[in-house]
Amino acid sequence: MRSFTYERAASPAAAAASVAARPGAKFIAGGTNLLDLMKLEIETPVHLVDVQDIGLDAVEDTEEGGLRIGTLVSNTALSAHPRVRRDYAVLTRAIQAGASGQLRNKATTGGNLLQRTRCSYFYDTNMPCNKRDPGSGCAGINGHSRQLGVIGTSDACIATYPGDMAVAMRVLDARVETMRPDGQARSIPLGEFHRLWGDTPHVETVLQPGEIITHVVLPPPPPGQHFYEKVRDRASYAFALVSVAAVIAPDGTGRVAFGGVAPRPWRVAAADAALPQGAGAVIAAAFADARPTEDNRFKIKLAERTLAGVLSQVRS
Amino acid sequence: MKFDSPAGDNLFDRARIVGKSTPRIDGARKVTGTAPYAYERHDVAAGQAYGWIVGSAIAKGRIVSMDLAEARAAPGVIAIVAATEHEPVGSSDFNFAPLFGGREVSHYHQAIACVVAETFEQARAAAGLIRTRYESADGAFDLKAAKPGAPIAMERGEPARSSVGDFDGAFAGSAVTVDETYTTPDEAHAMMEPHATIAAWDGDALTVWTSNQMVEWGRQALASILRMDADKIRVDSPFIGGGFGGKLFVRADAVMAALAAKAAKRPVKLALQRPLMFNNTTHRHATIQRVRIGADRDGRIAAMGHECWSGNITGEGPEDGTLQTPKLYAGAGRMTACYIAQLDLPEGNAMRAPGETPGHMALEVAMDELAEKLGIDPVELRIANDVKDRIPGGEQTKISDRHLTRCLREGAERFGWSKRSARPASRRNGRYLTGMGVAAGYRAAPARTSAARVGIDDAGRISVATDMTDIGTGSYTIIAQTAAECMGVPLDDVTVHLGDSRFPVSAGSGGQWGAASATAGVYAACVNLREAIAQKLGYDAARAEFADGRISGGGRSSALREAGAMSVDGEMSFGKFKQEYDIGTYAGHFVEVDVDVFTGEIRIRRMLAVCDAGRILNPLSARSQVIGGMVMAAGAALTEHLVVDKRFGFFANHDLAQYEVPVHADIPPQEVVFLDTLDPIISPLKAKGVGELGICGVGAAIANAAYNATGVRVRDYPLTLDKYLDRLPAV
Repeated sequence: MRSFTYERAASPAAAAASVAARPGAKFIAGGTNLLDLMKLEIETPVHLVDVQDIGLDAVEDTEEGGLRIGTLVSNTALSAHPRVRRDYAVLTRAIQAGASGQLRNKATTGGNLLQRTRCSYFYDTNMPCNKRDPGSGCAGINGHSRQLGVIGTSDACIATYPGDMAVAMRVLDARVETMRPDGQARSIPLGEFHRLWGDTPHVETVLQPGEIITHVVLPPPPPGQHFYEKVRDRASYAFALVSVAAVIAPDGTGRVAFGGVAPRPWRVAAADAALPQGAGAVIAAAFADARPTEDNRFKIKLAERTLAGVLSQVRS
Repeated sequence: MKFDSPAGDNLFDRARIVGKSTPRIDGARKVTGTAPYAYERHDVAAGQAYGWIVGSAIAKGRIVSMDLAEARAAPGVIAIVAATEHEPVGSSDFNFAPLFGGREVSHYHQAIACVVAETFEQARAAAGLIRTRYESADGAFDLKAAKPGAPIAMERGEPARSSVGDFDGAFAGSAVTVDETYTTPDEAHAMMEPHATIAAWDGDALTVWTSNQMVEWGRQALASILRMDADKIRVDSPFIGGGFGGKLFVRADAVMAALAAKAAKRPVKLALQRPLMFNNTTHRHATIQRVRIGADRDGRIAAMGHECWSGNITGEGPEDGTLQTPKLYAGAGRMTACYIAQLDLPEGNAMRAPGETPGHMALEVAMDELAEKLGIDPVELRIANDVKDRIPGGEQTKISDRHLTRCLREGAERFGWSKRSARPASRRNGRYLTGMGVAAGYRAAPARTSAARVGIDDAGRISVATDMTDIGTGSYTIIAQTAAECMGVPLDDVTVHLGDSRFPVSAGSGGQWGAASATAGVYAACVNLREAIAQKLGYDAARAEFADGRISGGGRSSALREAGAMSVDGEMSFGKFKQEYDIGTYAGHFVEVDVDVFTGEIRIRRMLAVCDAGRILNPLSARSQVIGGMVMAAGAALTEHLVVDKRFGFFANHDLAQYEVPVHADIPPQEVVFLDTLDPIISPLKAKGVGELGICGVGAAIANAAYNATGVRVRDYPLTLDKYLDRLPAV
C-alpha cells in the first residue's frame, strides 16, 4: 500500500471539489473494496476524501411513489428497509445474496455501484491487465476465465461487473444521481452508468473526475413477482457465476437482467420482450452477440436454465 | 520404553479420564485471545521490527537486477535482504524447493526479498518500491502434457509399484469390468493462520517463535538451511492455527525472519501474506488416476489395478493415490503404480491424508461404477470384497484390528441407506434431484518414537512438557488426560507445555500419528515418574495404585506431594513386531446431496461417518477432527481447485476469494459415530489417530451421491456445475 493523505469532507459539493482538485484522489465510503485494492497496490490513490460525514444516508419516498436512496445507505439498511422489502423484493434478495453480513454493514449504495471486477489477473499486479495497467494486455482472454464475461466484453478486457445489487436496480429502471465538482447535478439511467470496456477498460463508468454519486432513484415498483437467483459454486460468500434478476407479471411479461456475465448488469429490451416465449427466447435475444471463452461458455446455458427455474415459479 | 509386543490388559482399560469427552483444556485461552499465535508473541523479544516478503513475479527464470535504492530510502526501513545480494540458502531433508537466495527463480512467488521496517505499513510500502527485472525461462506446467513420459516414482529407493498375482490376466478374464480415468486438481491447505515467525538472534544463537507442526524437523531443517549448528537453534510453536501438512516444513517465513533479523540486528516478525501462500508454499498435487477393476457376475473382485500420475519439482515425491487400494479390497490379480512427471510449479507436498485423499476420490467412485454395472448395492459390494483378515501380498499381511464391514453396516443402518434408489435420477424433491452415496475410507495409522518430560511439584500437581504440537487437534487435552490417568490425579491438576524444542522430542503432528505417538510417550514418562515416586516413598512401583492424588500399596497410602518436586523424562519407541501388521483406521462415509435440476448446483444435505480407530481418547475433539476432515473433503469434491495458468506457470486464483473453501452454508448437519474398538498393536493406549480418516472417502461419497441424484457421472474434480449442465434433464 502506498502512502496517501486523507480528509473528511463535510458536504457532497466539498467532496467533489476536493477530488477534482487533486489528480489521483478518490472518494472513500465503506472502503470494503477500495482498501483491499490499495493493500495490493491495484489502486494507488494519493489522496482519499472520506464521504461518511456528507449526509445522504436516508431512504426517502418520492412524489411519484418510488424511492430515493442516499449514496451512504448501507447495504444492510437498504435490504432491510420496509418499503424495499415490500415493494422491491428483488433488491432485498440481491443485496442479501452478496458478500457477508459484516461487509454489507459497511458497504454503501454508491460504493457498491463502483465495485471493481474480480478477475484473477486484475488482482495480480505481476500480470498484464489493461484495466489495471492500460496497454499492458489482457491475461484473462486466454487464461483462467471461468468467472469472466461472455458479452459486452472486448479484445482489451473480458472482465465483469461482479456485484448483485446493481443487477436488481437495473430491472427496476434505477437512475443514478450525481453531483459534479461545479455543483451541477445530473441523473444517469443505470443502464448507461457502466461503460462497456471497448479499448479503455480502465474507464468503468461515465462518471467524470470528481463527480460524486449522491442518490439512486427507483421509479414506482413494477407490478409482478420479484426474483433474484444467484448461481455460484459454494452456497454463500462467492461472486455470481450467473445471476438473474427478474420482475414477472402474471401474464408472463416483465423484465430481466443478468449478473456475472458482462461489464454491466446485462439487460436487453428484446430479451424483456421475449419473456412470454420462455427462457430460450430470452437468452437468444440477450446473448445474441456473446463472445464466451472455452472456460465460460457454460454461462450462457446456465443463464438459460437459471431463468427457466425462475419462470417455473411464476404464478399465473 | 519400548512397545515390543501387543498391549495386554492395562490401566487404560479401566480408564476414568482417557476416553471421556473432555472440553479442550486450552479452550478458554483460545476463545479469550490469550493463547498467543506466532505473530502475536509481542512479549518474547523486545524491539520487534516488521518484515514484508516480496515474491517472484515469474515462475521460472532468472533475476536480472533488483533496484533497491528507493526502497532502502523509504521511511522507516531498517534493512532489506535481497536475493541478488544473498547466496542461496541451504536445503534440507524435508523439502526441496529453494527457499531464498541467488538469481535463479524456480517457482512463482518464491521469496526474493524481505523488507524490514519500524512498522508493518512502512515495510509493506517500501516493498512496493523494489524494481526487479527478470529473464523468464520456459517451464513444464501441464501435468496432462507431461504424463506420457512420466517415469515410475521412487519411494524409499524402490519403484512405487506393487503387483500380486496376474492382474492383466484376471482383468481380461473378468465378466464385468470398470476402466476409468479420474482427475483431481492441485489443492491448497488454506489454513486459517498463515505461516508466521518472529526471529531473534542472541550472538550466534537463533530463536524462532513460529507456527510449525514438527518442531524437531523444523529445528534440523533450519540448521541445514542456514548452515548452522542445530544446538544453536530454538524453535517454539505452542499454538498453531491449522496446518494440514502445510506447516510440516520450514518455509520462507522462518528463513526470511531469521535472515532479516540478522540484517536488521533486531528481532523481526513477519507472516506470509495470504496471496503469497498458494504459490510460495506447498500444495497437494493434482493427479490423473486410472482405475481398472474386474469382477465376476456375483461381484467378487478378481482384478484390482490403480495407476496414478502426478507432477512435482525435481527431487520431490508424488501424490500417491494408490496407497489405500491394496488395503481395502480383495482380488487375486492386483497392481498399483505411481508415476511422477517433472513440473516447474511450486512444490507439491503433504496435505491431509496425502495420496489417500485423492486416491479414494478415484477408487471409491470406480467401486460405485462397478456396483452399478453389477446391479449390486454399493455397500454390499464393498463388504463382499473387504479384505477382512489378511492383506494379499506385501510384507504387512496381518491386520491389527479392522472393522470396516461394521462401519459400512452400521452406517447404512443409521443413514437410512435402504431408502436410496438404485436407479439414478429417480428421486425428486421440488427443484432438486436427490441422491445418496457411500464410500469406504482407509487411512494408515502410523506411530513414531515420542518422548516427554513429566514432573510433580510440592503441591502434587503434574506438569507435562514435550515438543509435541497442537495444530487445533486437541493435543493439549489428550496429553493431560493421559498424564492424569497415569498419575491418578484430576485433570485440573495437570498442566501441559507443548511445542518448544527445549522439551523432549515427540513425534509431532503429521500423518495422523500425533495422538497415538505423543500419548504413548507421555505414558512412558509417567511410568518413570511413578517409579521415581514409589521409590522415594518406599512403595513397590509395580504393585502400587495411583489414584486420587495418592499412591497406595502394602496396606498404606501417601499423598503424591510427599515425594517432593521431581521431574523425569521418558520415551516410547515402537518395536519391529508392528511391521508384520497393517495398522489402519477405517470408515464408512455416507452422504446425501441435492442437485438443483436447473442450475446443477450440488448442495450436501446430510453426512455420516462411522469410524473405527481403536480407543477414542477424547470423543469430543476426535469428532471435531472427523467433521473437519469431512468439511475439507466437501471442498475437495465440490469447489477447491488451484487453477494452473499454463502460460505463466502459476496458480492463478491465489487468494481466499478465488480459491473457494467451504463456508458454513455449504455444510449440513454432520454425524460421527466411533465404533467401540481397541487396537492392541498400535500402542499401550490401543488408540489410533483420526485426523486424516475423516477426509478419506468423503469426496467419493459426495461424487457418488451426485451421480445417484443426477445420473451424470463426472470424473473430473471438483464437481462444479458446468460439468453437469449439458447432461441434466431438459427444463
